[in-house]
Amino acid sequence: MSESAQLKRTRLHGLHLEAGAEMSLFAGYDMPVRYPPGIIREHLHTRQEASLFDVSHMGQIYVSGVDAAIHLESLIPADIVSLAVGKQRYGLLLNENGGIVDDLMIARITQTEFILVVNASCKTNDLSYLKDKLGKALSVEIDHDRSLLALQGPKSSDVMNQLGHDLSGMGFMSVREIVLDGIPCLFSRSGYTGEDGFEISMKDEHAITVAELLLSNPNVAWAGLGARDSLRMEAGLPLYGHEITQDTTPVEAGLSWAVSKARRSQGERTGGFPGDHIILPQIPRQVSRLLVGLQPVGRMPIRKDAVIEDSDGNTVGTVTSGGFSPSMWKPVCLGYVNLEYADPVDADTGHSAERPGLHAVVRGKHLPVLVTRLPFVKKNTYRIP
Amino acid sequence: MTIKFTDDHEWVRQENDLVVVGITDFAQQQLGEVVYIELPDIDREIEQGEEAAVIESVKAAGEIKSPVGGVVVEVNDTLTELPEKINEEPEGEGWIYKMKPNDPSELDGLMDMTAYQSLVESLQ
Repeated sequence: MSESAQLKRTRLHGLHLEAGAEMSLFAGYDMPVRYPPGIIREHLHTRQEASLFDVSHMGQIYVSGVDAAIHLESLIPADIVSLAVGKQRYGLLLNENGGIVDDLMIARITQTEFILVVNASCKTNDLSYLKDKLGKALSVEIDHDRSLLALQGPKSSDVMNQLGHDLSGMGFMSVREIVLDGIPCLFSRSGYTGEDGFEISMKDEHAITVAELLLSNPNVAWAGLGARDSLRMEAGLPLYGHEITQDTTPVEAGLSWAVSKARRSQGERTGGFPGDHIILPQIPRQVSRLLVGLQPVGRMPIRKDAVIEDSDGNTVGTVTSGGFSPSMWKPVCLGYVNLEYADPVDADTGHSAERPGLHAVVRGKHLPVLVTRLPFVKKNTYRIP
Repeated sequence: MTIKFTDDHEWVRQENDLVVVGITDFAQQQLGEVVYIELPDIDREIEQGEEAAVIESVKAAGEIKSPVGGVVVEVNDTLTELPEKINEEPEGEGWIYKMKPNDPSELDGLMDMTAYQSLVESLQ
């Protein structure tokens, strides 16, 4: 059996091929990396208009039962108990050392039912982990028969308007069912690009119809995983396996905000999640390294795993993601640096500035980088007027 | 004018006593949009198969391995400002460097157009 025959396909695979996509292996799936316009144009189209991404490889896990919120809080450091029905929140699964097992979105569908959207590469592990920890008290099932589309970009809401759905009352991180041309879809106003937009879940058998309906709008075009990666880098969003791993804690990764106030020291329900004894004391920046933006001074892109050194040649950090920013037309990186280098504040003037003095080592060359505030490109998520 | 190809998708064309090196159309399609190129230094001596230049696309970095050994005599400086020339005209204005080959007979061991075309077809 050839390698390609073993690859999993989403329901939209044929549409990607028809659109001329270049396909590549990602988390066991044959996924579109780019379409004929190329990553740069797809990226800019997402920032200016609206793009459609097939993210059906991600896992959609249903968790339900009495006191489901309380049970989920035993694994996730977010405040789930007070999460309203029709809202979602960013969450993390953690190991006993405070390392990150996966990051996810948790949507509350009813008082006792939640949908977790998890990373494709982690979904099998996540499912067995959740079943192991919660299976006695709750129903935990992955729905293999659903597709997931992301409509992302400033015109996403206009696109929905033209399909007869005024979503101006649907705020960022809201979730609601919308019947699109007779097809029940679950919409959430969220995404992974830093733009306004929606993630749209539907039964597999309707995926092609929904995709074609959205693509029939002249402002909507396909975008692939290549553009998704450059968009999330500009937005400073961490990617599992790069910025966040079993060996990075939420505080190191700049995700302290994902530990809700109610779950922190002196909160209403302090701790009670794996690794709490490590993570909670770290929150007042008691860490040795932090995730930062690294802006290369020159034009050469700096890639994952490049070492960051100070001017004396001491290793002070590592690049976790690096590439080219089409919006800024220059390279950008995310990476970890030792705490003393993590603040983009000028030590002499006290003013906020890009912090100089570090360089990345690439093929023996020393390339200056500046520690920079994230995101690189301002986020454009929706607020109800 | 002889043009030869490597199985790493470089092309090399003889021009009098010099050779010109670039990447093929297939290679630029695989790489995607080129955003940066690290050109070799003039006068640098490069062996056959040695890394001579690095092309960075939005997606990844790609190495250019010199199709023949020799000394670099000229580089395409235009690419520093306009790296996208490699995508637009990989086998024309997007050439990368010129060198004086040590041993022009190294060209004989490379693929001709027909052989290269069947390699590309086998990859598609």
